Amino acid sequence: MVDVPYDGITGIPPAEVPEVELYHPKSWWTQYVFSQDAKVIAIQYSLTASAIGLVALVLSWLMRLQLGFPGTFSFIDANQYLQFITMHGMIMVIYLLTALFLGGFGNYLIPLMVGARDMVFPYVNMLSYWVYLLAVLVLASTFFVPGGPTGAGWTLYPPQAILSGTPGQEWGIVLMLSSLILFIIGFTMGGLNYVVTVLQARTRGMTLMRLPLTVWGIFTATVMALLAFPALFVGSVMLLLDRLLGTSFFMPSLVEMGQLSKYGGGSPLLFQHLFWFFGHPEVYIVALPAFGIVSDLISTHARKNIFGYRMMVWAIVAIGALSFVVWAHHMYVSGMYPYFGFFFATTTLIIAIPTAIKVYNWVLTLWRGNIHLTIPMLFALGFIVTFVNGGLTGLFLGNVVVDVPLSDTMFVVAHFHMVMGVAPIMVVLGAIYHWYPKVTGRMLNNVLGQFHFWVTFLGAYLIFFPMHYLGLLGVPRRYFELGEAAFIPPSAHSLNQFITVVALTVGFAQMVFLFNLAWSLFEGEPSGGNPWRATTLEWQTPETPPGHGNWGKELPVVYRWAYDYSVPGAAEDFIPQNQPPTTGAIQGAAP
Amino acid sequence: MAVALILLLVAIGSVLFHLYSPWWWTPIATNWSYIDQTINITFWITGFVFTAVVAFMAYCVFRFHHREGRQADYNPENKKLEWWLSIGTGIGVAAMLAPGLVVWHQFVTVPADATEIEVMGQQWQWSFRLPGKDGRLGTSDVGNISPDNPMGLNRSDPHGQDDVVIENGDLHLPTGKPVKVLLRSVDVLHDFYVPEFRAKMDMVPGMVTYFWIRPIRTGTFDVLCAELCGAAHYQMRAKVIIEEESDYHAWLDQQKTFAELSGPKAVVRATYQSGGK
Repeated sequence: MVDVPYDGITGIPPAEVPEVELYHPKSWWTQYVFSQDAKVIAIQYSLTASAIGLVALVLSWLMRLQLGFPGTFSFIDANQYLQFITMHGMIMVIYLLTALFLGGFGNYLIPLMVGARDMVFPYVNMLSYWVYLLAVLVLASTFFVPGGPTGAGWTLYPPQAILSGTPGQEWGIVLMLSSLILFIIGFTMGGLNYVVTVLQARTRGMTLMRLPLTVWGIFTATVMALLAFPALFVGSVMLLLDRLLGTSFFMPSLVEMGQLSKYGGGSPLLFQHLFWFFGHPEVYIVALPAFGIVSDLISTHARKNIFGYRMMVWAIVAIGALSFVVWAHHMYVSGMYPYFGFFFATTTLIIAIPTAIKVYNWVLTLWRGNIHLTIPMLFALGFIVTFVNGGLTGLFLGNVVVDVPLSDTMFVVAHFHMVMGVAPIMVVLGAIYHWYPKVTGRMLNNVLGQFHFWVTFLGAYLIFFPMHYLGLLGVPRRYFELGEAAFIPPSAHSLNQFITVVALTVGFAQMVFLFNLAWSLFEGEPSGGNPWRATTLEWQTPETPPGHGNWGKELPVVYRWAYDYSVPGAAEDFIPQNQPPTTGAIQGAAP
Repeated sequence: MAVALILLLVAIGSVLFHLYSPWWWTPIATNWSYIDQTINITFWITGFVFTAVVAFMAYCVFRFHHREGRQADYNPENKKLEWWLSIGTGIGVAAMLAPGLVVWHQFVTVPADATEIEVMGQQWQWSFRLPGKDGRLGTSDVGNISPDNPMGLNRSDPHGQDDVVIENGDLHLPTGKPVKVLLRSVDVLHDFYVPEFRAKMDMVPGMVTYFWIRPIRTGTFDVLCAELCGAAHYQMRAKVIIEEESDYHAWLDQQKTFAELSGPKAVVRATYQSGGK
């Protein structure tokens, strides 16, 4: 829909769009490959992110094999181990989670949920995906270049990242930084689209305070990403210059392999500040879409309005804003000015309050609900358990002096996996079970889904909950082998073996899930247009899967908020957002 | 209700694991038991919240799961409840933050009588330097580093001549005396990490960072590197031996000073005699 005329007075898109105004693909290539339809782009993003995510999953098996059974696998050496952890972390955080939540769910759900025909800049949206794909290919190519991928840790801290004592110093780090730069360029094109679409292309009646929380989460996360990624962009460019041209943005005068290097005058801490100025908001860039989506899953499957909608919206906005003033809590032991600790510990712990409000409102939504224990609901419950667990251990690490003994130990690894690995993945999986029927017109298999959920949830908890205690004991992270250390008892090695076995089991369950995705595409039970009896607009499309332009001839008009479930006196236990009020009938509150 | 039961078991199991886990922090060897206490406070508060939230959720699933004819409440918000929960959370957060900040203030306030020592990290070994008779460490610069001056001390600085230099050996410290540990790296980031100390800090090339401790018991402790520093990060080890003061001085007397190690090239030759004139 390139030149859709807008209503000049209200700024609201016209309800009816003449046939010629929509962009129409003219060939198979422009319909399925170089498509400008946000739904196709969403699927392209999701498949690409999942593919590279699978690589990261396999890398995690390899590192768990090494940690559980050191010395057993001759094909894993110390350099490769570092390469595995680095690529695993970077792929999971950026190329999987960020791309999947924003590029995948954002593209699919924003236009549908706000009642638009497409993103406002479809061509730029298409470019966003292709640049992202290029970034993924550049990243994947590092496995095949001389020296292999970088082993600098996903934080890429200089000076180590670009010096010869680190694997992948020749090509790996150069391509990693190039790939990040490409990713940010691609993301920016998509991100601008999501923001403008939410602000400008909402249908009649869809006020901001009637938006489903999914859209609020994705929207706020995108605004944050547009503000945070430039810091990583700048850091990556400077580090690339230090590596390729021998500049010294981050490099003080130092000794490399016994020789005084040509570097001098730069600051390693500057990179850390830039990295975490991006890196901490990044945690919430992943978390906020998950918060939003899980709110809608809980509300729909508990047949009850989300509790405290307005507070939920403000909590999302407050978390987004606060997350820009907490970054240095990743640097308490970095050697930065020690008095920063007071400020950053305080801001960090304040974030716990809006976050806690969200948790209370999720569980209060369950209170006196009509809880259908569907697979999406099970994943939502799994999310709450793992998120509360991981969020609470964040209070240890955010409280500056408590972080001192725990930083750089397995406690940190356990914490961030629980809070930004397992918890958001629970939401991703629940969301896939929830929206798969809309995307494909078929339900996912329930028995396989039950197996998938229980193994994934309980397994992931068994992996990461005990891991905290290894960190409490003092076991450091990023260690190829623990070696001889008096404070590490043999039982710690047994625990490592246990974690490895569980990790491989959870990995296997994901293969079952992939099978379910493929099998149900052909054999799944037909779902109809609104199998969960949900209120939001994406379930009210005339066709399932939604056709090009989403809404047929006329855009929906919104009369109510997204959470009119179990309204007393209503004929059914849900009232779609586009259902007009009928005279005399009792209607739900519509802020 | 299987789902409710499993959720409840997750909460109970986590608490039992916490209570009976054989993996717990190492016996502390410095004055930083305040840090351990702050961790304990945090465990109590967060443990309570976790158990309460998961148990509440389990109850909801048990009590309000779908049955034929069940209708959910319509209950958009409850301002009073939301405010009370927010205030309660605020109090809980303050109860963790306040002791944390008090202890952090102690952490960054080095006692005036602390002895300065230096730890230097390089790929992939530790070096240590103790002040000589003059009680002061001499200056250093990465540009001075050479095979016979591995720590890069400044040859023209008189304070450095009597510094005790321990390359690739173990560090000894006397018990009971506060020590300010100055941290320096000549190549990449490292982190001087002794789990029993609780305190640690990154070492950054181009900077001198620090932490302080007062050892409270004797023993031999592993030194690890806690900041990824390249391929042999996991092998960067040493030991710290904390001993009674007399043992410490006996050990110190046998160590070589910078001037002695520098050999004939040294301009000034000084020897260290502990307690000497």
